[in-house]
Amino acid sequence: MTAQAPITAGYETGGGTWRFPADRPLRLDSGATLAPLEIAYKTYGSLNAARTNAVLVCHALTMDQHMASPHPLTGKPGWWDLFVGPGRPLDPERHFIICSNVVGGCMGTTGPASIDPATGEAYGLKFPVITIADMVRAQAMLVEALGIETLFAVLGGSMGGMQVLQWAADYPDRLFSAVCIAAAARHSAQNIAFHEVGRQAIMADPNWCGGAYLKAGMRPDKGLAVARMAAHITYLSEAALQRKFGRELQRDGLSWGFDADFQVESYLRHQGASFVDRFDANSYLYITRALDYFDLAAPHGGVLAAAFVPARKVKFCVLSFSSDWLYPTSESRDIVRALNGAGCRASFAEVQSDKGHDAFFLDEPVFEQTLRGFLEAQAQARGLA
Amino acid sequence: MTSIREDFAEILKLVRPGARVLDIGCEDGALLELLTREKQIDGQGLEISPDGVAACLARGLAVVQGDGDRDLDHFPSQAFDYAILSKTLQQMREPRHVLSELLRIAGQAVVSVPNFGHWKVRWALLSRGRMPETGVLPEPWYSTPNIHLCTLRDFVSLCDALDLRIDACAALSEGKPARPIDPRRPIENWRAETALFLLSRKVEGKPAPGQAGLFE
Repeated sequence: MTAQAPITAGYETGGGTWRFPADRPLRLDSGATLAPLEIAYKTYGSLNAARTNAVLVCHALTMDQHMASPHPLTGKPGWWDLFVGPGRPLDPERHFIICSNVVGGCMGTTGPASIDPATGEAYGLKFPVITIADMVRAQAMLVEALGIETLFAVLGGSMGGMQVLQWAADYPDRLFSAVCIAAAARHSAQNIAFHEVGRQAIMADPNWCGGAYLKAGMRPDKGLAVARMAAHITYLSEAALQRKFGRELQRDGLSWGFDADFQVESYLRHQGASFVDRFDANSYLYITRALDYFDLAAPHGGVLAAAFVPARKVKFCVLSFSSDWLYPTSESRDIVRALNGAGCRASFAEVQSDKGHDAFFLDEPVFEQTLRGFLEAQAQARGLA
Repeated sequence: MTSIREDFAEILKLVRPGARVLDIGCEDGALLELLTREKQIDGQGLEISPDGVAACLARGLAVVQGDGDRDLDHFPSQAFDYAILSKTLQQMREPRHVLSELLRIAGQAVVSVPNFGHWKVRWALLSRGRMPETGVLPEPWYSTPNIHLCTLRDFVSLCDALDLRIDACAALSEGKPARPIDPRRPIENWRAETALFLLSRKVEGKPAPGQAGLFE
């Protein structure tokens, strides 16, 4: 079922789509089941004989499995190219790195744009509401299918970091170490509020057609673009926006109208317009919902530490960025305190950066060194050369 | 420094093999690494400086970027066998609270404090009438991080007030081997430049007021 891609660099890349038949449904938190289930994934490097070098990277809201190879739709480099490659913290010459598209996504894994076997049409709003735990349950199915009993590390930033925490809570025996970057253990009111703005923008677009736009042959591009524009502001710090654009104008002088006079307007419009080429509006609704529903402590009587008690053997690393106001350092500190409270061995560092939430995609030397240091030490503890 | 720091050597002697150790203000993790290598401890560091945190991570130590003044409250009761606070108690905003917290979190605390009653300090103050600057306390008054200095006698009386038992005490001087002392002898308040204490609670399992553990 896997399609092996040719070797590009000095290491193997692979992946494809894993299809779980109808008799192996994904059981969802909502009580619904999803079958058949397809999971699209990419791999970099090869699994060692002892099967101890597998690393799972969990992607953020609008990312996908194309972590370290060009995106098939945009042709842009992988979103974590800076951190994955020979000599980088995740090294395909040493690690077998897996990244899969989340359930509900739109890059090959079953999502609202997939065909509902019951109707023969795209699911649309008939797609069940999914959670972060559902995404992780699907990843666990894939990891098992790939013949991996224990992951050397599970890493992720933002929504990926939430999946990392969920992995530790739900499958503590199946991961050796965990790296949670720029994330939170629950969505705050402000987080939910921003997502609601995005969802309302999509649903207010007449082309959304009550979610059945694929059937109608329409695309709610305008709504999705506005959702992306609003969200994109939350990924950057005020200082980064100011440094990048200030009050710089697109052209000489003001237009005395509502064109994109300011460079920041033009930038946001571009972000919105290019996003719709690679993302599905309903996927955006479903995945933002999953984030809003995320509260790792809730099933444990509100005591976050209780979620981590089974994960005492897992080595944790929690990282935040000083200018991230989407998932600020205080959220990471809450995670660390809960880990300490649960008796887990955890490392935590706040990386000084003025680049906001998106700093984890960017060239931040201290972040890179910290990540590298932690993974190196864990590799030694795990007996990886 | 070619040999192990004298306080590290003394702490190494005190710590039981395989113990769970929290090192508060662990700097670059040198002590935790030493204890891990020599005593196979299960260690956790707390360090405020980003460089220190990065150095600890590179050594493979578990380290949390944080502040002994604020972040001790979040550790559950008796989560460690030892809590080590090496030469930074006098830099804390609330040393009394911190000391009490150490013995809530851990069975025993290893604490070292520079002795402001040492003869060099007394002489400097007496002769020059100015805040002493010594090898142990090198900074001028306006830039020193040491905001809560005490004498050996002050520290012992705080231990008494908090109902703490002094299990062991050693005097440390730069470049000299540690010397076991009775910290209650007045002469030691003149002679000891720095004192290293091993402390425990007099009443076993008695938590500090208002500091119940997470799962209690």
